[in-house]
Amino acid sequence: MVAVAETAAETTDRPGRLAEFWHYFRENRGAVFGLWVFVAFVLIAILADIIAPYDPTQQYRENLLQPPFWQEGGSWAFPLGTDAVGRDMLSRLLHGARYSFYVGIVVVVIAASGGILLGLIAGFAPKWLDTIIMRLMDIILAFPSLLLALVLVAILGPSLTNAMIAIAIVLQPHYVRLTRASVISERSKDYVTAAKVTGARLPRLMFITVLPNCLSPIIVQAALSFSTAILDAAALGFLGMGAQPPTPEWGTMLAEAREFILRAWWVVTFPGLAILITVLAINLMGDGLRDAFDPKLRRS
Amino acid sequence: MVHYILSRLLTFLPTFFGVTLISFSFIRLLPGDPIVVMAGERGITAERYKELQEQLGFDRPLITQYLEYLGGVLQGDLGQSFVTKRPVWDEFFALFPATLELSICAMIFAVALGLPAGVIAAVNRGKFFDRALMSTALVGYSMPIFWWALLLIIVVSGMLGLTPVSGRISLLYYFPNTTGFMLIDSLASGQKGAFASAVHHLVLPTIVLGTIPLAVIARQTRSAMLEVLSEDYIRTARAKGLSPYRINGVHALRNALIPVITVIGLSVGTLLAGAILTETIFSWPGIGKWMVDSIFRRDYPVVQGGLMLIAVMVMIVNLTVDVLYGLINPKIRKR
Repeated sequence: MVAVAETAAETTDRPGRLAEFWHYFRENRGAVFGLWVFVAFVLIAILADIIAPYDPTQQYRENLLQPPFWQEGGSWAFPLGTDAVGRDMLSRLLHGARYSFYVGIVVVVIAASGGILLGLIAGFAPKWLDTIIMRLMDIILAFPSLLLALVLVAILGPSLTNAMIAIAIVLQPHYVRLTRASVISERSKDYVTAAKVTGARLPRLMFITVLPNCLSPIIVQAALSFSTAILDAAALGFLGMGAQPPTPEWGTMLAEAREFILRAWWVVTFPGLAILITVLAINLMGDGLRDAFDPKLRRS
Repeated sequence: MVHYILSRLLTFLPTFFGVTLISFSFIRLLPGDPIVVMAGERGITAERYKELQEQLGFDRPLITQYLEYLGGVLQGDLGQSFVTKRPVWDEFFALFPATLELSICAMIFAVALGLPAGVIAAVNRGKFFDRALMSTALVGYSMPIFWWALLLIIVVSGMLGLTPVSGRISLLYYFPNTTGFMLIDSLASGQKGAFASAVHHLVLPTIVLGTIPLAVIARQTRSAMLEVLSEDYIRTARAKGLSPYRINGVHALRNALIPVITVIGLSVGTLLAGAILTETIFSWPGIGKWMVDSIFRRDYPVVQGGLMLIAVMVMIVNLTVDVLYGLINPKIRKR
């Protein structure tokens, strides 16, 4: 008898939030395409060791600057050619996905967790603390992000880890602003008052009552800053302030390839194309996420 | 209105002090003794160390040092470059016109293409033109511009041989640097071909620096236009039988421009960040390249002063945009 009641409740219930989200997300073909490219990118990043034909730092000195297979002088042994010291381009590109994925994940996790925490505090705190936090964020935002990241890396020393820390610091104020704004609009709603009346204390109010209802803009921001992180890390690598050679990071590869731009187009073209495709896919996905989360844009 | 401007100024001041505090802390945050770091690999004698310590004021309490630094900033004294021994302030304003010229050209490029693209996309919502333009805009928005610069060099300079690869003007021309704007100076010099050479040198950097603002403006114009086109007064204009050109071009665009202008004003920071990469690639002698070079040369007073001046400039532009926005839109003032 109980079981019957339960199934009845389930069937009359509206579809789960995930299913509803997917329903709206699926309508945006670009976003779905972006999602598939992103999934492929993640798989490449995870499986780079298995699918890459060569070690990314192994130098084949007899095959310097060999063109891709479809050009004269190219061969299937190195499908996308080799770079100036005879390393296989394809293997380096596949391994590069790993670094970009790593950068994206680490930067978003640091920036989002720090930003959400500060934003929640600012949203719930007395006015003076709120003001201090927001003024601090204004100060960070006054600097052009890449310049601040560059200077931070100059202080910390050039490496991929320090580049990630610098980018996370630079991106974090956006999360603080976003979280604070949603917290303030949620805080005066009835369900929060109800929770307060039933005796929920501040930490519970912050993290369990309010936070889940502020998540959709934060998720969209996470997608967008994932791509910003990849772009900025590549830019820092390109300027010599990110991952150091011989790391097969895409921006660093471009920096090494610069002197060959008029002789060997493939060493310049492929790493940049890899960055562009990855960032484009994530931005497509981000646009789709935003539309799916925003009830105003839904055609119901 | 006065109240609004005052309240904006009140939030400006603490941010300004924060920015000076950050740039002040910069040299002191570097690992190791800053004076030893400055001296580099050659090392330093004890006497010279003492002398430098006094000169830079590192022997006094931190708060005194900061107040002295702040006093210097307000009087336009940012110390000297280690490399050129010239005042940082003078170097900055000698190089700034190059960056400004490039940024203005990039902005004109972005607005001239971005506005019409956004309007065409909005008017043809959901049709082929809209999709094509917005896909292109998204590609531009996702573009790693340092790679875009290299590609343009390969194709336009390398394969087609149409533009030079670096610098602001061909070495064949020489004339006094009166305004710092190469386009104006070359024209004023009256030398044959100088202006054309300056324009040639500007083409690729302008495209590279303008690409992301172009994409942002196109997207913003489209969404602002779509919002305005669904308003009642547009329906009224249609009912009156006005031509579509008049409706879209005059009635809708004028109102859609407000958010677009805000976006243009607020992209100064983006432009300066882009200038770092663009100037480095095209050897453009502006403040972006100057900052990157100084970081590599460990010319810390330059990095410190440049960082602060750039941030203060971005803040002033943002403040101006805010105030202008308040002037145009009374709703903002009341907040």
